[in-house]
Amino acid sequence: MNTAPLLSIRDLTVSYGNIKAVQGISFDVYEGEIVTLIGANGAGKSSTLRAISGLAPYGGTITYRGVDLRKTAADKIVALGIAQVPEGRGIFGNLTVQENLKLATWGRKDRPEVERDYERVFGIFPRLKERRNQLGGTLSGGEQQMLAVARALMSRGKVMLLDEPSMGLSPVLVREIFHVLTEINQAGTTVLLVEQNANMALRVASRGYVLETGTLTLSGTGAELLGNPRVKEAYLGG
Amino acid sequence: MTYFLQQLLNAMQLGSIYALIALGYTMVYGILTMINFAHGDLFMVGAFLCFIAATFLKLPFVPTLLLSMAGVALLGVAIERVAYKPLRQAPRVSAVITALGVGLFLENFTLVFSPYPQHVPALIANRTWTIGGVSISSLQIIIILLSIALMIILDLVVRRTMVGMAMRAISWDKSIVPLMGVPLDLIISITFAIGTSLGAAAGTMYSLAFPVIDPYMGILVGWKAFISAVVGGIGNIRGAMIGGFILGGVEIMVAAFMPSTYRDFVAFGLLLILLIFRPYGILGKPRPQKV
Ligand SMILES: Nc1ncnc2c1ncn2[C@@H]1O[C@H](COP(=O)(O)OP(=O)(O)OP(=O)(O)O)[C@@H](O)[C@H]1O
Ligand SMILES: [Mg+2]
Repeated sequence: MNTAPLLSIRDLTVSYGNIKAVQGISFDVYEGEIVTLIGANGAGKSSTLRAISGLAPYGGTITYRGVDLRKTAADKIVALGIAQVPEGRGIFGNLTVQENLKLATWGRKDRPEVERDYERVFGIFPRLKERRNQLGGTLSGGEQQMLAVARALMSRGKVMLLDEPSMGLSPVLVREIFHVLTEINQAGTTVLLVEQNANMALRVASRGYVLETGTLTLSGTGAELLGNPRVKEAYLGG
Repeated sequence: MTYFLQQLLNAMQLGSIYALIALGYTMVYGILTMINFAHGDLFMVGAFLCFIAATFLKLPFVPTLLLSMAGVALLGVAIERVAYKPLRQAPRVSAVITALGVGLFLENFTLVFSPYPQHVPALIANRTWTIGGVSISSLQIIIILLSIALMIILDLVVRRTMVGMAMRAISWDKSIVPLMGVPLDLIISITFAIGTSLGAAAGTMYSLAFPVIDPYMGILVGWKAFISAVVGGIGNIRGAMIGGFILGGVEIMVAAFMPSTYRDFVAFGLLLILLIFRPYGILGKPRPQKV
């Protein structure tokens, strides 16, 4: 494994007024990994991802490829290669599927490559190709989730942050999304996956962390955590 | 019949001016869900820049128009940065009150330099043609065609360009837009620049059609354009255009066929009735509620 982490989080804190959502967590993500962050409702998972993407003010340091991201605006962070699939998918319902994808290429200058990426993305999600001229708001939940992942691919994210991609999807679709994630990962994208569906997440993850009320309480490889009695009890339904 | 056609032409002229101003209200509302109540006063500043360009710089029509549009666009962008941007997370009513304050500031600032009404020189050679009893002036043709051209360009920008796509995305959910790599502040500035420059174009044309201008001229016209935007469906660009023409039409027709003192009363009454049946305006839809 590469010695320098791609993404490095040190003593991260995120607060909303008096609420301390994230209370000084540190972790690393190395190139090529799938790292998962599991935790219950309100544990601070989304806040962590929002801080990395520059959407929430934070304390501590976040570095990407050795560069401190503190002074980098959210849109520039995307241009550096950190894409996020936000909680609730964040599809623009008034834009067509094609437009949703196109918007995500805003910061890219490599137009011929963009054309090839549409084909690649439509190859992964043929359903989006069929629905390319349909408004985002008319897609089913599963299709919206596919579109959200496809958008992150279109922005050429080297790291993809995913916030509960399994939320609200049927078990079949969850498996499909996770399958795609492992494929994308094998094709070279590093993944930081936030999930409540700990079972699925830990199975695909190289490493995982457990986040409880703003603090990291456990860490290990996916297999280690799957076998951990505390994880089993709290997140895998006993 | 000729009287009616004549009035229809007048309605087109007034309506296209309302429509241009209404676009500014609706565009800003679309991206910030805020009513920029200073917009009517930016229309007034546009008229005064036209006056300055024509009187002191002795510029012809097209450079005057461009100067007015560019000057007001800069002012609009500056106002957003200084006065509205710090309030983006604040309750919307704070931003609206600030906008009213900015409007008062613009009126009084102009008043300092121009305590008396000013006369705008005619920039367009006045020619009149009579077709089947209906007379049409060169100014009317220019106002109507130019307004429609500006609206078509805007419609293309919003529907076909990346910037337009980003504007539409912001109107849906601006918290997600930066995750697309889109610089939110830049798009908001571009929106203000476009919206306010259309208001300035309206101010320039209005001051050529009604050449006596004063610092308070933006108030009533601004309200009427705002109502046009609401009638069309606030936040909806094509709606603002339609609303402007409807209001212009109703006003001119009421004045033409009823005692002229009834004009605003009947016009606004009709619009109120319309809003009872279509509370979101003609093309408006209820906003999507985020959970
Ligand atoms: N904008 C906000 N204002 C105030 N409090 C917030 C805000 N966003 C999050 N919080 C609070 O911060 C804490 C952590 O929230 P966060 O969204 O990060 O949790 P989460 O782990 O993603 O939860 P979930 O699994 O339910 O999505 C919660 O207590 C939440 O109420
Ligand atoms: Mg969350």
